[in-house]
Amino acid sequence: MEKPLTARIRPDGEAVDLKAYERAGGYQALRKALLEKSPKELIEEVKDSNLRGRGGAGFPTGLKWSLVPTGDGTPQPRYVAVNADEMEPGTFKDRLLLEGDPHSVIEGAAIAVRAIEGSAAYIFLRGEYVLAAQRLRRAIGEAYAAGYLGKNVLGSGCDIEVHLHISAGRYMCGEETGLLNALEGKRANPRTKPPFPVASGLWGKPTVINNVETLANVPHIINNGAEWFKSLSRSKDGGTKLYGASGKVKRPGLWELPMGTTAREILEEHAGGMRDGLKLRGFLPGGASTDFLTAEHLDVKMDFTEVQKFGSRMGTGTIIVLDDATCPVGMTLNLEHFFAQESCGWCTPCWSGLSWAERILQAIEDGRGEDRDLDDLEAITKFVAPGNTFCALAPGAAEPLQSALKYFRGDFERHIREKRCPWPS
Amino acid sequence: MLTPEEQREIEQEAASYPERRAASIDALRIVQRRRGWVSDEALADVAELLGMSPAELESVATFYNLIFRKPVGRHVILICDSVSCWIMGYTKVRDHLKARLGINFGETTSDGRFTLLPIVCLGACDRAPVMMVDEDTHLDLTPARIDAILERYE
Repeated sequence: MEKPLTARIRPDGEAVDLKAYERAGGYQALRKALLEKSPKELIEEVKDSNLRGRGGAGFPTGLKWSLVPTGDGTPQPRYVAVNADEMEPGTFKDRLLLEGDPHSVIEGAAIAVRAIEGSAAYIFLRGEYVLAAQRLRRAIGEAYAAGYLGKNVLGSGCDIEVHLHISAGRYMCGEETGLLNALEGKRANPRTKPPFPVASGLWGKPTVINNVETLANVPHIINNGAEWFKSLSRSKDGGTKLYGASGKVKRPGLWELPMGTTAREILEEHAGGMRDGLKLRGFLPGGASTDFLTAEHLDVKMDFTEVQKFGSRMGTGTIIVLDDATCPVGMTLNLEHFFAQESCGWCTPCWSGLSWAERILQAIEDGRGEDRDLDDLEAITKFVAPGNTFCALAPGAAEPLQSALKYFRGDFERHIREKRCPWPS
Repeated sequence: MLTPEEQREIEQEAASYPERRAASIDALRIVQRRRGWVSDEALADVAELLGMSPAELESVATFYNLIFRKPVGRHVILICDSVSCWIMGYTKVRDHLKARLGINFGETTSDGRFTLLPIVCLGACDRAPVMMVDEDTHLDLTPARIDAILERYE
């Protein structure tokens, strides 16, 4: 089984340096992109590959690139923003690429710049990823020195700049329009869409925002073609996927597997099943902002369409496991505390609704819950539904809440009835 | 007054963007790296250098949780309180840390050695519970491991 994203990653945890990256075929795709293919051909290849955005939303990458206006009289310069603000709770996949193979992200970003006939990419990195920052900085320096970045790259006549921006916190920065504001040195509040960033993004110029894992796939697609990329997958979405598992499984970790691998295979084969004496109660398929699923859904293929059929989303593909010795109400409270805290305060349904939900959940967990609380929680999930808020933060917060109320209702009711949390603290 | 090195570093960052104010977060980080936190005076100096009003820069500084507008200890502990760490024993680790240091979140030990803060998911969920001390990430935390880790920071 081919594992293009992780094949080069060193077992000792050190980063792949430029020489090793080149030996493994690195920067050949950029050469091809600049000297052999037109920007339109690059976009077509990525479109044909069925690469969908790995940040969680799954928007088709080639389509996103194609929406950037190019040609005479269209706005310039155009930018690429690399979303390396990995902050979705339970998600630890981009860290592996940023720390282990930073050139793959840089090359992918450079190709994206070329595809949209842009001039620069900004890598937006969360501040806590200190090692990733050091390694990206070194790798960017190596790439400039070798002529893969800068003026007239590889004699193509194209200039490609890559800048590294180290952020200073807040989950909101991972929301694409919040990220744009943060890069402009402002508070990371979301922007109204439309206009979409592809039309008006950084400093009002067309901007494509792509996730780290998404871009790391791009050089492989350019090198090996769309058909090869599709053949890696067990589903309609192309490629492999970095899947993970955390919680009380035997071997928590991260694995590159064919897109469409089932949750059961990930949790039982790769993560080794549950720790002895514990049963799986439920799981969040891909980060905090995805709906809970339960043991009866384990055979779901983890991709962008199949998980949705069961009322959840693949999200980032890093599974968080709830075991039967952990309180589902406590877990939901932890999740809603996160979302309430990270609300940027820009729109009322979000800042008011989420902190209200947190207060109710805290009361239930503390044994002060009332019967009507569950109706209020249900109502809040509707208040913050898509369309009622500026961005996806609050609708994302509603996903684990509404599904916890559905699958673990008896646990909520028992907390209220017994006026305490029945789980040992 | 910003030092010449601070000014030089901020100017270098500002050159990466088409507008100077875009470097505001980088500039606050540069100042904080040297001074531990961002004082009112430093904030006003950075604002002037970037052509912003102090109020404008303050709105940025107070938005981002890794910018400290109050003095902190010699070492800052960021303990992850997000979901995977919570499942894997965050509460016990947090309680131990608070008892050991004799402080609550947002406080600094009386000897000025540690400041304790909660942080969102640190992206190391397969090795939970997790915390950072300054720039170091510490994995697979237990109360016993925490005691050994704290010894390393004077």
